[in-house]
Amino acid sequence: MSTIDDVWKALEQVMDPEIPVLSVVDLGIITGVEMENEQIRISLTPTFAGCPAIRYIENSIVEKLNELGFQNVTVKTTFDVTWTSDMISDKGRELLKNFGLAPPKKHCGNISMKTAEQVTCPYCGSQNTDMKSLFGSTLCRTLHECRACLQAFEGFKPI
Amino acid sequence: MNTTLEILTKFLYKTADDQLIIGHRNSEWTGIGPILEEDIAFSSIAQDKIGHAYSIYSILHEQLNQGIPDIIGFTRNENEFWSCQLVEHPIGEYDFSLVRHFLFDNAEFIRFNELSNCTYEPLAKLSNKIKGEIKYHVFHADSWMSQLANGTEESKNRIQIAINTLLPIAFSIFEPIENESELQTNFSITSELELQTKWFALISEKLNSWGYSLPINFDLTQHLGGRNGKHTPFLQPLIVEMTEVFRLDPEAKW
Repeated sequence: MSTIDDVWKALEQVMDPEIPVLSVVDLGIITGVEMENEQIRISLTPTFAGCPAIRYIENSIVEKLNELGFQNVTVKTTFDVTWTSDMISDKGRELLKNFGLAPPKKHCGNISMKTAEQVTCPYCGSQNTDMKSLFGSTLCRTLHECRACLQAFEGFKPI
Repeated sequence: MNTTLEILTKFLYKTADDQLIIGHRNSEWTGIGPILEEDIAFSSIAQDKIGHAYSIYSILHEQLNQGIPDIIGFTRNENEFWSCQLVEHPIGEYDFSLVRHFLFDNAEFIRFNELSNCTYEPLAKLSNKIKGEIKYHVFHADSWMSQLANGTEESKNRIQIAINTLLPIAFSIFEPIENESELQTNFSITSELELQTKWFALISEKLNSWGYSLPINFDLTQHLGGRNGKHTPFLQPLIVEMTEVFRLDPEAKW
């Protein structure tokens, strides 16, 4: 008999398609898992309203859970809980850094230009970095350059 | 229009239509931005806007018996679009697009901030999401407006000319729909006039602080009509282009 914990563990194997090292759990977009009469209902909140990966993520959750033996899985995307980058787990932040993507600063809802600008280089750890653009290769990324190691890198947008 | 739900439906349509049309215009910068970062910025903002339109059309579909988002976004003619006239003007040169982006996004930030406190729950929740995204659109517009004020005489003059042209048109953002007071009574949705007052105070303060001036003595009414389907000659060609792929194969899967 599988439990809700088993479902959460299985969800840790579903990766974000744009950041393939980060699971949907570490990204913080899973806002609810319910089990009732063999039915598994998962709630998902989008990182961005216009995120083109949402349908893809919904499908990969169902596929992965089916593959691991869970049946009758439904995924509902709702704005009931508003996703913020503070919901990325500590493990997720470490994974982002190792992936070369600067993790977003914790902001507790207080975001200014500085929150996005002051980013630590994920390659050399220097705080002497320069923001090149508020927008990057996907909706959730910013562009930066490290003045210390001269590496160009992307940051995860604090939102 | 009679019932409160009909008025709410029209309000959601006009709000989403503004996002869809400005989103399409912003996307026209893809591939031709003056520098790569601006190409990416306008394209990203376009993607956000079209996402906002899609999410509001989804509320119309799921809660208010309207068609699916693709159908209501892509199968109406210009006289059935309730977008304001500001968003339909062609992109012009970069100065024109930047100033429109500044005027529009400062307005929309205030709008969605207020809507996140309204009592129509699906819209309040979505607005809470949208306002966080628009914040970045405002950061972007403000930082270029300020940089170009301190650039060269040409950069400052070009922005000033665009402000003079666009400010009168920007008041069309706040053209109310008929019977909008019902929305204040039933859902605590802020009136357009109140939004306009807050917006004008905000943009005046910003523009003055960067050393731009505001035009005076302009006619606020000549660009109205969008909320009743009265548009400039620029909208219909945009709709034809925007719906071209959809019309080729409405059943296409992506």
